[in-house]
Amino acid sequence: MKHIIAVLIENEAGALSRVVGLFSARGYNIESLTVAPTEDPSLSRMTIQTTGSDDVIEQITKHLNRLIEVVKVVDLTEGAYTERELMLVKVRAVGKEREEMKRMADIFRGRVIDVTDKSYTIELTGDSSKNDAFLEAIDRSAILETVRTGACGIGRGERVLRV
Amino acid sequence: MEISKAEMASAAAVQGEELRGAEILVKTLQAENVKYIWGYPGGAVLHIYDAFYKQDTIEHVLVRHEQAAVHAADGYARATGDVGVALVTSGPGLTNAVTGIATAYMDSIPMVIISGQVPTAAIGLDAFQECDTVGITRPIVKHNFLVKDARDMADVMKKAFHIARSGRPGPVVVDVPKDVSFNKALYTGYPESVEMRSYNPVRKGHGGQIRKALQLLMSAKRPYIYTGGGVLLSEASGELRALVDMLNYPVTNTLMGLGAFPATDRRFLGMLGMHGTLEANNAMQNCDVLLAVGARFDDRVIGNPKHFASVERKIIHIDIDPSSISKRVKVDVPIVGDVKDVLTELMGMIRESGLKPDAAALKGWWDTIEGWRSRDCMKYDRANTTVIKPQMVVETLWNMTKDADAYITSDVGQHQMFAAQYYKFDQPRRWINSGGLGTMGVGIPYAMGIKLAKPESEVYCITGEGSVQMCIQELSTCLQYNTPIKILSLNNRYLGMVRQWQEIEYSGRYSHSYMDALPDFVKLAEAYGHVGMRIERPQDVEGALIEARKLKDRTVFIDFQTDPTENVFPMVQAGKGITEMLLGSEDL
Repeated sequence: MKHIIAVLIENEAGALSRVVGLFSARGYNIESLTVAPTEDPSLSRMTIQTTGSDDVIEQITKHLNRLIEVVKVVDLTEGAYTERELMLVKVRAVGKEREEMKRMADIFRGRVIDVTDKSYTIELTGDSSKNDAFLEAIDRSAILETVRTGACGIGRGERVLRV
Repeated sequence: MEISKAEMASAAAVQGEELRGAEILVKTLQAENVKYIWGYPGGAVLHIYDAFYKQDTIEHVLVRHEQAAVHAADGYARATGDVGVALVTSGPGLTNAVTGIATAYMDSIPMVIISGQVPTAAIGLDAFQECDTVGITRPIVKHNFLVKDARDMADVMKKAFHIARSGRPGPVVVDVPKDVSFNKALYTGYPESVEMRSYNPVRKGHGGQIRKALQLLMSAKRPYIYTGGGVLLSEASGELRALVDMLNYPVTNTLMGLGAFPATDRRFLGMLGMHGTLEANNAMQNCDVLLAVGARFDDRVIGNPKHFASVERKIIHIDIDPSSISKRVKVDVPIVGDVKDVLTELMGMIRESGLKPDAAALKGWWDTIEGWRSRDCMKYDRANTTVIKPQMVVETLWNMTKDADAYITSDVGQHQMFAAQYYKFDQPRRWINSGGLGTMGVGIPYAMGIKLAKPESEVYCITGEGSVQMCIQELSTCLQYNTPIKILSLNNRYLGMVRQWQEIEYSGRYSHSYMDALPDFVKLAEAYGHVGMRIERPQDVEGALIEARKLKDRTVFIDFQTDPTENVFPMVQAGKGITEMLLGSEDL
């Protein structure tokens, strides 16, 4: 089952490698991982998208907590949360494809952020499944390049993760 | 304006003094009351060695291989409970230390390992003797640091010692680039306390959980107490003994936990696990309430987890590390906390509750256990007069030293199991071995480290001719630092445990488990300046041990020529349940 784990970690050199090393050493999956400093530059916030049985997720959160530099760990999927992922897709856009591609981008509330006479670059944000759906919806052969940030997540309403 | 001398002195104390990073490092070790440090010099640590030269409160022990430096400091830590400290140079110095660090990590031993690093400006440029120390050691340390500025030295060292000894202990590596040990910084004294928002290990267990444990424990019909190395690390042997006195429940210890409860006490069922006793393993499988204390349900302990889980029992698990709980076995009442604190609180609650164990049920349970015990699973051919049985050497040693409060180290293999099975440890921290990583070669360095910590105590290293050769060079260190230890090598001319598995699981295809061209260990010991003996007949074993004991000030190496075909029994084969045991060669 998919889980999204949010981690507050000291913004120190090598901290990221401890997290990644933990996942590879213990054979856990990482579907995606995002990391950047928070409003407090001494802290980084990480969002890890992973899959595993409840037992495995329990071990993942315990082992993350065990890392000396990790300040807090929350499994966002245990409660209400929202997630967003940024995706940039460069697509072929020639002739009548141009109209069609623009229309699809509009339907998915995407924006065209770069244009040439042969291509569009479309920016999309949403949860991962929405971005998946866009890629499914357009002509596969038209996709020239895709880049995705991976999910970043936050609890809904009163759920706040901070020190 | 006049300033008095006293005022000037106090101003200087507040302001501190300008010192090199290396000098600050030494001062922090002195502030931590470090008495010994094991190490090996090299280019990147020359400033640090120079700082050691200028002080006389810490004795540096020059080993012959960095692996042994870490093992010796680790042995010291296991015997005393203090943080063990080792010092190695960059590159190969550090990579040689890796086995030692991993060994300490697997058994949760508090250590600080200081490594030299190439100068900051050279890091990442493939400099001479450079390696990514922080990267290489990351998976085998509790934490590690790269000191980037001499000004950070005191803080980092304070944190390193704090992390190493608190919570679930473990090794911490501090990597010090050469320029950082050379540069000067203001040293205002060793920090008194340490604040880390990301690291606050719990000590006290959750009261509600302990109450639940109490209810389960007191309602048990077939209770069992299973304890591991955590009891020793937490210095909770006294509490464990008091709890057992209170309840009269049967107890088992893991390999790492031996000595936490007296092995000569009737309530002790022996070690459990792959080479545990029949009664210890049967009780583990058949109990209805299991109290696990500072133990982690290791694969060598519970055997096949499916088989273990195939019967109903309630499990209470006390451990300071949440990630040890419900890792391999689902538990019913987890209690995260320091073993000593939790046991103390649990006993208080038992007294308060006025509850008493179910005496009738307990009697029936003890009768069942005595039935298993009467099978005498530890019997072996004691009467043999033609070939030395390895068990007999250990048993003879125990009979001779049981009142001497001796320390026993071992390496890894059959001899290790014989030592664990036949030496009856009544006190904590007397049995020193590599349980988790299973590192051959620890025996001599462990004994060396312990002998410095406990110069008045007898220290024995029970080893085999395979393991002992993995750190044999340390015989030289034993001479230089006058650490007279007794090395009892159970020499069966085989890598015995490998041979045993090959006999049982590989139809006797002894692939590369035979050691040909062994050295003459007597001459070898003598070449290193020690006493060597070779013993071939069972009737000479006792005499040799008596003679070795008399040579108090000498390191003695006794090469016992033991039965090459002897196997360790009982045995639970890989993949089997813990009650599916082979009790002797007749079961093969």
